[in-house]
Amino acid sequence: MPEQDPLERAKNFFEVPLGYTADLAMEEAERCIQCKNPRCMEGCPVNVKIPQFIFHVAMGNFELAAKTLKETNALPAVCGRVCPQEEQCESVCTIGARVEPVAIGRLERFVADWERASGKISVPQLPERTGKKIAVIGAGPAGLTCAGDLAKLGHSVTIFEALHKPGGVLVYGIPEFRLPKQIVEAEVEYLEKLGVEIECDFVVGMTRTIDELMTEDRFDAIFIGTGAGLPYFLGIPGENLNGVYSANEFLTRVNLMKGFEFPNRADTPVPMAKHVVVVGGGNTAMDAARTARRLPWTEKVYIVYRRSDVEMPARKEEIHHGKQEGVEFLLLTNPTRFIGEKGWLTGMECQKMELGEPDASGRRKPVPIPGSEFTLEVEAAIVATGNGSNPLINKTTPGLTTNKHGNIVADETGKTSREGVWAGGDIVIGAATVIKAMGAGKKAAAAINEYVMSKK
Amino acid sequence: MFPIIQKNDLAAKVFRYVIKAPNIARKAKEGQFVILRLREEGERIPITLADWNKEEGTITLYVQAIGKTTTMMSMMKPGDALMDVVGPFGVPSRVEKGKTFIAVGGGFGIAAIHPIVRAHKLIGNRTISIIGARSKELLIMEDEMRAISDEVRVATDDGSYGTKGFVTTILKSMLEKNEPMDVVLAIGPVIMMRAVCDLTKPHGVQTLVSLNPIMMDGTGMCGACRVVVNDKMQFACVDGPEFDGHAVDFELLMARQKMYSPQEKISMEIFEKVCQTEEQRETAAW
Repeated sequence: MPEQDPLERAKNFFEVPLGYTADLAMEEAERCIQCKNPRCMEGCPVNVKIPQFIFHVAMGNFELAAKTLKETNALPAVCGRVCPQEEQCESVCTIGARVEPVAIGRLERFVADWERASGKISVPQLPERTGKKIAVIGAGPAGLTCAGDLAKLGHSVTIFEALHKPGGVLVYGIPEFRLPKQIVEAEVEYLEKLGVEIECDFVVGMTRTIDELMTEDRFDAIFIGTGAGLPYFLGIPGENLNGVYSANEFLTRVNLMKGFEFPNRADTPVPMAKHVVVVGGGNTAMDAARTARRLPWTEKVYIVYRRSDVEMPARKEEIHHGKQEGVEFLLLTNPTRFIGEKGWLTGMECQKMELGEPDASGRRKPVPIPGSEFTLEVEAAIVATGNGSNPLINKTTPGLTTNKHGNIVADETGKTSREGVWAGGDIVIGAATVIKAMGAGKKAAAAINEYVMSKK
Repeated sequence: MFPIIQKNDLAAKVFRYVIKAPNIARKAKEGQFVILRLREEGERIPITLADWNKEEGTITLYVQAIGKTTTMMSMMKPGDALMDVVGPFGVPSRVEKGKTFIAVGGGFGIAAIHPIVRAHKLIGNRTISIIGARSKELLIMEDEMRAISDEVRVATDDGSYGTKGFVTTILKSMLEKNEPMDVVLAIGPVIMMRAVCDLTKPHGVQTLVSLNPIMMDGTGMCGACRVVVNDKMQFACVDGPEFDGHAVDFELLMARQKMYSPQEKISMEIFEKVCQTEEQRETAAW
């Protein structure tokens, strides 16, 4: 797939991959052998009818392809961009055993983009209204998916969103160059066409509690998809110095608050550091590093990760893009303390590591090499080592069982300990992927439908 | 959108706004705050709730025009609307019966102590409010505070009204005279809150402070508002904003409040350059 030139794009926030042309898409689609038992579908958390939509692409029938995609996936333009296809559908593609697997993600993206550009956005025929009211908390990937599925079944769905804009991590976390916000807006608009109501600036737990939504506002069921919570810090000296940020703060400032347009257009300040280090090896770390790289005043961006590149949890593509854009990777390196002057960060002391025996996660445990300390001179450090859970709903919902990390306990359909309350996404499983959250939203929607329809 | 119903120009660029926000008014409790945003390109800023009216569906905020956002807000008129107001956020103030409650409010921190003093008064606690400003003209909410306090004591830096000196001058003499006090609450500039805590600590008087670090989402997602209390990292938006003043690391709070000072200055300079006259500012902002 054609991409923006790495040196050029390191200076802008436009999308990196440019997408297939119709010819390229049809050519790629023809490589699909239309398996009788398509394993790719099983590899997809929302069970997109993959061979079927690819068949329509190969035939040049993009409109039908879009319809097929949307039968099971409310956010195809998002998934086509941010799903880890190489671990899911594409990893089990039959032809992948011998040659490159069919580029399912890129085709999905092509179809969704084609539909949006064509303006022929198909809204499915909605069934008769059921009269059931369902509240969805959080307009991120889990909530949007759940809301879309429930609306298609004829229920009245209201999404309550704490931030001023719907999208959750799709708008505050994932950067513009990986997922243009216009695309998220279009997907949200599609949900509104399905009749979903979205109320922003509404913090469930504070503006209204779960119990009030059920007893006073008479919602028949609730889905909680509140996503990531309190960021983890490293627990090393100096991490409250000015210049040390959580990835959530840094990314929200730049993405949601449009800090990359500070100070001329946007009012939200962003770190104006020449040298930036990002700590962590996941997708969020890659997003933070590549975002920092694009800020006009930043000259040097490092990633510090304590294991080797084999163990890095980020997608290969993201690591590759980061390297292409000039992010310097310091692997087998662990921060030991932040150094500052008069309250401001001036450096981060690190230690070299080597890999020892496998730990509980099955990955080889990094062990410090004595005497290997060195200092990176940086004015900003972004900590991307994950999040805990959000406390607001847990604290205000009696009878809602959570685990020791504060994540809501739910069964495989998302059902919680509270009657009529489901949950899914990061608030249940901890920091994961967009598509896993969507899968959880989907399963919960099916279970909620069954529940409200059997309720008198 | 959240329309401004009423706006009053009080003193030293302090404005009082009554804003329509029924969802927030319905749930507001003493000690909580909201986050507001003026426009699409705007930043999110936290403001403590000074008052609310459930029936009218309104909230009252006192905002001092210092930075770009607050200056732009000071140019808005009744009928104009804020793009976003969200909340209420934060753990409500703990109000227990049978206490002599001393509230210390400095500058427009008086607005923040107001609902807390009222809550204590309502359950029958004895309430003494110590309020202060640089001079008499700059003192806000005196009448409102008198209405809900058993006693109001005023300090002005220049002595133009009440005791000459700071709010701490009054508190110090009360402590020295062993006047009864069970709980002290201080809200205002960090330097004032720290001074209050330094005074009460040797006397072992429980002292609460409401912290105002930089914040963004307010829901416990970004970690910008982290403070250190009892040597432990806490998030002011969800764990606070009220904390045990004797355990707060004020040094750190003061340093962290300056995190974006250079950028805020740039932002304000550009704003002032673009909008030299009051009139230009109004058209630029809206």
